[in-house]
Amino acid sequence: MQWETVIGLEVHVQLATRSKIFSGASTAFGAGPNTQACAVDLGMPGTLPVVNEQAVAMAVQFGLGVNADIAETSVFDRKNYFYADLPKGYQTSQMYHPIVGPGELEISLDDDVTRRIGIHHAHLEEDAGKSLHESLTDDSGREMTGIDLNRAGTPLLEIVSDPDMRSAKEASAYLRAIHSIVTYLGISDGNMAEGSMRCDVNVSVRPKGQAEFGTRAEIKNVNSFRFVEQAIAFEVERQIELIEDGGDVEQETRLYDPDSDETRSMRTKEEANDYRYFPCPDLLPIVLDQAYIDHLRDTLPELPADKRARFENQLGLSAYDAGVIAASRDMADYFEEAMNVCGDAKQAANWVQGELSAALKREHLDVTRSPVSARQLGELISRVQDDTISGKAAKQVFQALWDGQGESADEIIDAKGLKQVTDTGAIDAMIDDVIAQSPQQVAQYVEAEPEKRGKMIGYFVGQVMKASRGTANPQQVNQRLSEKLDALV
Amino acid sequence: MSDHTADYAPETVTSLAAALQRGDASSRELTTDYLKRIERADSTLNSFISVTAEQALAAADAADQTRAEGNAGYLTGIPLALKDIFCTRGVRTSCGSKMLDNFTAPYSATVVEKLNAAGSVSLGKTNMDEFAMGSSNESSYYGAVKNPWDLTAVPGGSSGGSAAAVAAGLAPASLGTDTGGSIRQPAAFCGITGLKPTYGRVSRYGIIAYASSLDQAGPMARTAEDCAHLLGNVAGHDLRDSTSMARCVPDYAAELDAPLAGLKIGLPREYFGDGLDPAVESAVREAVKVYESLGATVRDVSLPHTRYATPAYYVIAPAEASSNLSRFDGVRFGHRCDNPDDLVDLYKRSRAEGFGEEVKRRILIGTHTLSEGFFDAYYIKAQKIRRLIRQDFLDAFDDVDVLMGPTTPTPAFDLGAQSDPVSMYLQDIYTIAINLAGIPAISVPAGMAGGRPTGLQILGPHFAEARLLNVAHQFQQATDWHQQRPAFAKEMI
Repeated sequence: MQWETVIGLEVHVQLATRSKIFSGASTAFGAGPNTQACAVDLGMPGTLPVVNEQAVAMAVQFGLGVNADIAETSVFDRKNYFYADLPKGYQTSQMYHPIVGPGELEISLDDDVTRRIGIHHAHLEEDAGKSLHESLTDDSGREMTGIDLNRAGTPLLEIVSDPDMRSAKEASAYLRAIHSIVTYLGISDGNMAEGSMRCDVNVSVRPKGQAEFGTRAEIKNVNSFRFVEQAIAFEVERQIELIEDGGDVEQETRLYDPDSDETRSMRTKEEANDYRYFPCPDLLPIVLDQAYIDHLRDTLPELPADKRARFENQLGLSAYDAGVIAASRDMADYFEEAMNVCGDAKQAANWVQGELSAALKREHLDVTRSPVSARQLGELISRVQDDTISGKAAKQVFQALWDGQGESADEIIDAKGLKQVTDTGAIDAMIDDVIAQSPQQVAQYVEAEPEKRGKMIGYFVGQVMKASRGTANPQQVNQRLSEKLDALV
Repeated sequence: MSDHTADYAPETVTSLAAALQRGDASSRELTTDYLKRIERADSTLNSFISVTAEQALAAADAADQTRAEGNAGYLTGIPLALKDIFCTRGVRTSCGSKMLDNFTAPYSATVVEKLNAAGSVSLGKTNMDEFAMGSSNESSYYGAVKNPWDLTAVPGGSSGGSAAAVAAGLAPASLGTDTGGSIRQPAAFCGITGLKPTYGRVSRYGIIAYASSLDQAGPMARTAEDCAHLLGNVAGHDLRDSTSMARCVPDYAAELDAPLAGLKIGLPREYFGDGLDPAVESAVREAVKVYESLGATVRDVSLPHTRYATPAYYVIAPAEASSNLSRFDGVRFGHRCDNPDDLVDLYKRSRAEGFGEEVKRRILIGTHTLSEGFFDAYYIKAQKIRRLIRQDFLDAFDDVDVLMGPTTPTPAFDLGAQSDPVSMYLQDIYTIAINLAGIPAISVPAGMAGGRPTGLQILGPHFAEARLLNVAHQFQQATDWHQQRPAFAKEMI
């Protein structure tokens, strides 16, 4: 039987506010346990939440970024359940009236196909704290669980997709698109390793052509693009096998274990909580007027899709280059700065996609940490364009800049003597030397069929370049060599 | 009581403020006297959970110093009692519960900060029904409070300790909270004046929440004039409470003397029906006659949804309470059971041991009404009723300035008399709708029935506190019910 996979994602994005969603405590990552939890975050008796306006603005910006309806009135609800790292015994979230209504997001797949994925809604909520299970013991040596409430009250935007994805690839492309848009908007640092973006994946399978959905499993807390693909791949296979063996998929919550590359059951539907949602009486509804929404719309930065289109249509980049560079705002900013310095979009794109990306990948660096700045790269490209150095020498200069051997391309070109030789006299002298020292090759050249000589010239070019330590202009060398050798025929 | 208090008995905030201003007494002297009274009388009354003598005397000295420097305000040096629901930094804040018997608040409620900033002196924390759930003060973990008018009667609840302390002269005034009548009903039972302000008038930050959409703090004192001075201090917008209103606070004391000629009073038919004690009713009718003599006109009005108020309240309040009280889980503060086996055991036993019967009952009710399959039938429906009740009041206030009626259906009942929770809930039939509508109401002493005080309740539109205080004050200029004192107080002091 042919099976179709149906996937929906709930992405939790940590908003980059300075303080928490309902208190003034800091949201900075990595502080000592419970040092960034105030009375409100601790759920102290009598404390009250006050909503962080920046978090509201960020949610609206996201909504505008995915062409979603922005709710003029949205309401915070309490999701009631007990857990040790949930200080108040409820999570303040938005169940019935979320701030962001239906929208959509375009994703690009490897084969340059694009698809639109529906955003069902996005809502604001607070994060819980963290339970620390490792190596804590009480005075009598009994194992204990520690609670760190630094994360409690961190603002999250939960973005819920429609069940529109049909493969693991599409799911990860969607997650990348979300990552791209939230980092473009500057509403999240998108750092998945630190938990700034996590997702729950809803997966089901159905016979191809069947209209109704199969029973889904929800895989909780997957925190990398790769794990999303792996978890889905495993889960799809598990469900198909189960059904083909005559079983039924159970509606349940599962956990993906990257170490064993499998998903495991956490709890079934019967064990599911009744969260007893009701409107939080401590918070007034968020009421947004049109002028406020319009203002945020007017101040939105250029978003990935628009940037991609501009790169392709106005700057003449290939669809692939435009897509890859525009996917990251930092990369796009880098590219545009380098381009502005050298004035050549295609060359800037080639360098960014080639040398720079390879070096960043090799050293696991983000573009914002690149040792070669966009300005340095732009100047380097200019030096190739004005024939100061050869393309080959440029790679040497790039590596030297990367290694911190100089402040600018010019400084390194001077220090290493890489300036391209374009003086005809000097080049002719080197050519004459090479011809004089290679009688055998010259003889072969002369005797060869004219159509084979083109290939044979490579040897002489190589020797001349070697003699010039790479500084001779290769086009010039090529041209003069042909002239001189052909004169010998 | 020592000699220098003779001039200003019966003590009101107003008379004490005058004495302090004249230099007839120092705050230290007043504070010392009140602490002595508490020591003498409170083993009988049980109106305080914690007496903070040391802090009180230090605050009194600081107030005297402020006065000596010429920086005293109206409340500087005035001793007060705080219901034990207000978080007070460094002081046990129990909320009348075993759950918080070991809880020392790490911060102070906004109203406590305001009173401290004004230089008033907190004598201690008054007894209350556990987590403010009750109408008799019998649900307190610290034991019942006795009514100073009759030691076999309840003082009312949940702010019963505050009402009893003020009535007995153990404090000139107190700050209480009112979710369904918890200021007004004990005020009526103990013969004092108590104001429940408009929802949003006073910050809730630092008040241990019972039902967040209904809770409101307010003054309990001997006179409306005293209430005006206290409310003027504690009211106002608070950035830490999103539900507090950004609306300026009038000078309540300045409006007390406005004449009542032309005042339009409405008497809601539904507040004079079955179950109303005839003595209570006649006290209210007499009071209305006093108003007529002051130039007011009276007409009957109807609040047709009144009978749904109690059922709606007992859906909404427990629903909110069940969620508000979830934080008492034994993990971070409050009671924790010994040697829990695991997390679930920790929750179950800590909560089973820490909460009393009435609190558990309301948590169960609230958990049930919010649960899947019941939410629409209970909670959503109750919210609809709530809107209708509010609309009843808005409609009535199109025609009249204030509404009047009894605060309670009967005078204070005997300790232990209300063993059935539902009949206890019906004690609040005249007060609950006010909280649901969010409007202000004040209870003033208006008569006696069988040796126990009865209250007149005056209701006004949202933010009409100044008018209510004015109307109450004018009654107190024309009558002396508020000046009567229980024999217990006279004996003890």
